Amino acid sequence: MSADSLSNAFLSVVRRDLLLAYRHRAELINPLAFFVMVVTMFPLAVGADVELLRRIAPGVIWVAALLASLLSMDAIFRSDFEDGSLELMVMTPHPLSVLVLAKVTAHWLLSGVPLLLVSPLLAVMFDIESDVISVLLITLLLGTPVLSLIGAIAVALTVGLRKGGVLLAILVLPLYVPVLIFASGAVDAAASGLPVSGQLYMMSAMLFLAITLTPWPTAAALKMSLS
Amino acid sequence: MIMRFLHKFSSPPYFYSISGRLLPWLTALFLALLAYGLYGGLVTAPADYQQGDSFRIIYVHVPAAWMSMFIYVVMAVSGAIGLIWRIKLAEIVSISSAPIGASFTLLALITGSLWGKPMWGTWWVWDARLTSELILLFLYLGVIGLYNAIEDSRTASRAVAILALVGVVNIPIIHYSVEWWNSLHQGPTVTKFAKPSIHIDMLIPLLVMAVAFKVYYVIALLLRSRNELVQREQGSRWLDEILENK
Repeated sequence: MSADSLSNAFLSVVRRDLLLAYRHRAELINPLAFFVMVVTMFPLAVGADVELLRRIAPGVIWVAALLASLLSMDAIFRSDFEDGSLELMVMTPHPLSVLVLAKVTAHWLLSGVPLLLVSPLLAVMFDIESDVISVLLITLLLGTPVLSLIGAIAVALTVGLRKGGVLLAILVLPLYVPVLIFASGAVDAAASGLPVSGQLYMMSAMLFLAITLTPWPTAAALKMSLS
Repeated sequence: MIMRFLHKFSSPPYFYSISGRLLPWLTALFLALLAYGLYGGLVTAPADYQQGDSFRIIYVHVPAAWMSMFIYVVMAVSGAIGLIWRIKLAEIVSISSAPIGASFTLLALITGSLWGKPMWGTWWVWDARLTSELILLFLYLGVIGLYNAIEDSRTASRAVAILALVGVVNIPIIHYSVEWWNSLHQGPTVTKFAKPSIHIDMLIPLLVMAVAFKVYYVIALLLRSRNELVQREQGSRWLDEILENK
């Protein structure tokens, strides 16, 4: 593998982003704390009835994951846009879409994987059975990368704006609908003892579709934001 | 031949003058179609055997719902044309379509819930069609919000085009996932009314109304595009010449 090969560029962008995040460890905790807190609000709002909580838990956990990923999303290009490293990435001979995919991968490792690790704990607090928890984990594993990939498009569109926050939510949330439906649907089906392979296949299909298609609009939007 | 026509049509001065000449004719056509469609729908069409006169709201509701989806596709296609060939007029058509499409979507939702109250006994049900129409409204709001947030109008047009293209790929996925979601959760209370085979006297006014709505869209689109064009082309020579001749 030569020093300037494409896979080398991909890996060095991932490594750089992970290193940068490691140097600011404290910021990594915030979306995770937000995730846990949003989930905690639900029993307080709807009451502590165990039956009810068990029934709404998949939806609650997934909506909270959606919001948490939205919250951490803005950071994916923001600092690189501000310090100019994004312009350098555009100027490299490598296709921007591949570098974008690397940045999204790093972002998912930093924001999606922690959600994955903490959600079994929350599921236990909602009294979900252990085989349903494994389905929940699989949906999170398949779904959170899709959230990062789709969110990256909207972040790339709004990164040049000073107040992109609320706009980002408006752009992204409608596009998250299919993931939400299939993921919470799969967990629901598992909880009532139904087969879930159909939903999981659909989610895998969405994941591969997103990996294949989203880097291009993201790259185009970044070039537009930089011009 | 076609390309030459398109090139000519997409030049701002030509578009401005020809759209100005077309507008009165289109308005006349729209009014005639609207009058015929409304008369046929509200007066001559027989009352529904199940729903009585309440069904007549479909003469506004169904064309509006058709338009809401049609306009999104127009917006995405013209946005793509603007993005690829950098045709100014396509960018303008794309962004001028957004508020019109959003209005049609809102109209479809409002008339739908007005019809739902006497028929289903409730203003809103989380039915697949209603929900995906609501999400379509959200997509339109995102497009409009993004366009207004970016100051430079050409950059904003390109951003909107990218977003509309992403949306148009997503709409079928959203639509079918919502349909699937609903079929798991809801009983057949809704579908009971969904598709009565329609009588020909009811159908013709409906189709006429659909065409009338299309013509209305073209009128609104031309008016909005002309406005947008004048705003963007401020200070250009052809615009000054037109203004001097007025």
